[in-house]
Amino acid sequence: MRLTLGPVLYAWPRERLLAFYEEAADWPVDTVCLGEIVCEKRRVLNGNEWLTLGERLAAAGKEVLLSTPVLIESEATLRRLRRLCENDRFLVEANDMSAVHLLAGGGRPFAGGPGLNVYNPRTLAVLAERGLCRWSAPPELPQAALAAVHAQRPRGVHTEVFAFGRVPLAHSARCFTARAENRQKDRCGKACFADPDGRLLHTQDGQPVLVLNGIQTQSAHTLDLLPQLEALRRLGVERLRISPQSTHTATVVRAFRAALDGADPGECAARLNACIPVGPCDGFWHGAPGAGCRGAVD
Amino acid sequence: MGIKAGAGRPRHDGGTSSSKNRRMELVCPAGGLPALRAAVDNGADAVYIGFRDDTNARHFPGLNFDPEQAAAGIAYARDRGVRVYLALNTYPQAHNLDRWLGAVDRAAELGVDALICADIAVLDHARRHHPKLPLHLSVQASATTWAALRFYHEHFGVRRAVLPRVLSLAQIETLVAKSPVAIEVFGFGGLCVMVEGRCSLSALLSGAAPNLCGVCSPAEAVRFEDTPEGLVSRLGGWLIDRFAPGERAGYPTVCKGRYRLGGHVYYAFEEPTSLNTLDLLPALARAGVAAIKIEGRQRSPAYVAAVTRIWRAALDALAAEGGAFVPRPAWQAALTGLSEGRQTTLGAYHRPWR
Repeated sequence: MRLTLGPVLYAWPRERLLAFYEEAADWPVDTVCLGEIVCEKRRVLNGNEWLTLGERLAAAGKEVLLSTPVLIESEATLRRLRRLCENDRFLVEANDMSAVHLLAGGGRPFAGGPGLNVYNPRTLAVLAERGLCRWSAPPELPQAALAAVHAQRPRGVHTEVFAFGRVPLAHSARCFTARAENRQKDRCGKACFADPDGRLLHTQDGQPVLVLNGIQTQSAHTLDLLPQLEALRRLGVERLRISPQSTHTATVVRAFRAALDGADPGECAARLNACIPVGPCDGFWHGAPGAGCRGAVD
Repeated sequence: MGIKAGAGRPRHDGGTSSSKNRRMELVCPAGGLPALRAAVDNGADAVYIGFRDDTNARHFPGLNFDPEQAAAGIAYARDRGVRVYLALNTYPQAHNLDRWLGAVDRAAELGVDALICADIAVLDHARRHHPKLPLHLSVQASATTWAALRFYHEHFGVRRAVLPRVLSLAQIETLVAKSPVAIEVFGFGGLCVMVEGRCSLSALLSGAAPNLCGVCSPAEAVRFEDTPEGLVSRLGGWLIDRFAPGERAGYPTVCKGRYRLGGHVYYAFEEPTSLNTLDLLPALARAGVAAIKIEGRQRSPAYVAAVTRIWRAALDALAAEGGAFVPRPAWQAALTGLSEGRQTTLGAYHRPWR
């Protein structure tokens, strides 16, 4: 099984972002997804700088994917998307149907990100006919449903599972980080740069429940499927995705790699626990409320 | 505001045209036969319904149509010159895909005027097996650009699309101009602040959300509790809101809860409010929007009747008055009274938060 490092979903300053990828070049991940996919106002790097970064990672032996924005509202974003889809250097990961359309018309293979609504084998087959060569299952898809899609996948299509990270749950035209600051979106002052892992919301009785990340809302708990590694192996999925966080991502990657290479799963899982800010969750995998956690292997 | 059923209403072309200044079609919700009759009798141009299961995004107990009721509803509407659309707009999984595809076949047999779909497998099946059945792209497909609309148009022959409630008026104008399909927008009712079809907030806490289960905050996961600190609403055990004595207690939808951030407790996403675009009708018509959708298949026949009557009157007034159209204060007052939280908003069409 290969490891994919998902795109950085949070607003990190340029230096932090570049330092992160400088380190990631040495991590045991096979694939790295690049691009600002949540809010284009963040614009830490421009298109050419992302490509340069891609070359740097490719030179370090990584497969590089360019990830497209999750929500496209304006013509300007669409024009940037088109340029991204027309790049002939790296595989593109589509995160909305606009990107799917532009990529399907280009005649080259493309990947589907976890934001595409691929929930059944026929949908996967229709997209594969149009060039989709890899899909990242929506994190809320239960194990049984995932297994069925994977079992019936078209020849040559690879399956990826979102295995670690806070789960992106919803997107809006509104910026909830700006709202938390009582600011309007157009005058947000890039408030999200203060939150390297998003901004944690609690229920009124003190339970951490959600994370605000600009226009994106995530789970407060970190999806952790390392305890399900045997089940994932049995399914035969080709890839696991790890979503970056501001600290300990290297430890997370190495724990997954070690577990995949045969290290004691309990010990690897324990290493991960120290990397999880609020607590783990795996409910979606079991077809249960996503915030729940069974943890141990069933 | 008395409107005679079907009086003088021109037939539309089922969504193939998006030419400007055409009369906008009024598409009203029906969760059952009484609501369907209410919509038809009060001036809907089209009514949308769903089957009685999770193949549609309003899978609520006691709601929706079995095939016999659907046939009766279609006959009632058709006799009065009103079209019926059927929503098959949730996402099937491998184990239940056949049920969705069977629902497509059943809808085709019933002779609905269009299917409202989101899933690619469902669209593909309809296109292959019922090529003459008009397809509308559901809001649950989350298409926000002409590029996305072109995908569904080119591959599945989709003729009309319902836009997510996240676009601004200016964005809608641009989109209509470039769209290969007719555009329908939400005019009134509940407001999703998240892009529809891409929200699993409800699943995080309750295990069920619209995409896979056709329901947001399912009733069986909802609890109201009297506590010393006041009435509390919970979803899947998670506290969504707490109400002061006398405060109107809203239904615990995740995006409409009050949460704690630092020392503050606030509506982190949105105040409970409903969408009302009556003020924007002339602009939507100028933009070339083909149809206005009223949300609320879960609402009562009396609600559907009242809302449909007002919107019929407004669209007729708009047709008669053109640029001089101004919404009547009585309409606005009545709609506000019918709204969640007794407040309405122009939603993303107008962006004070921007």
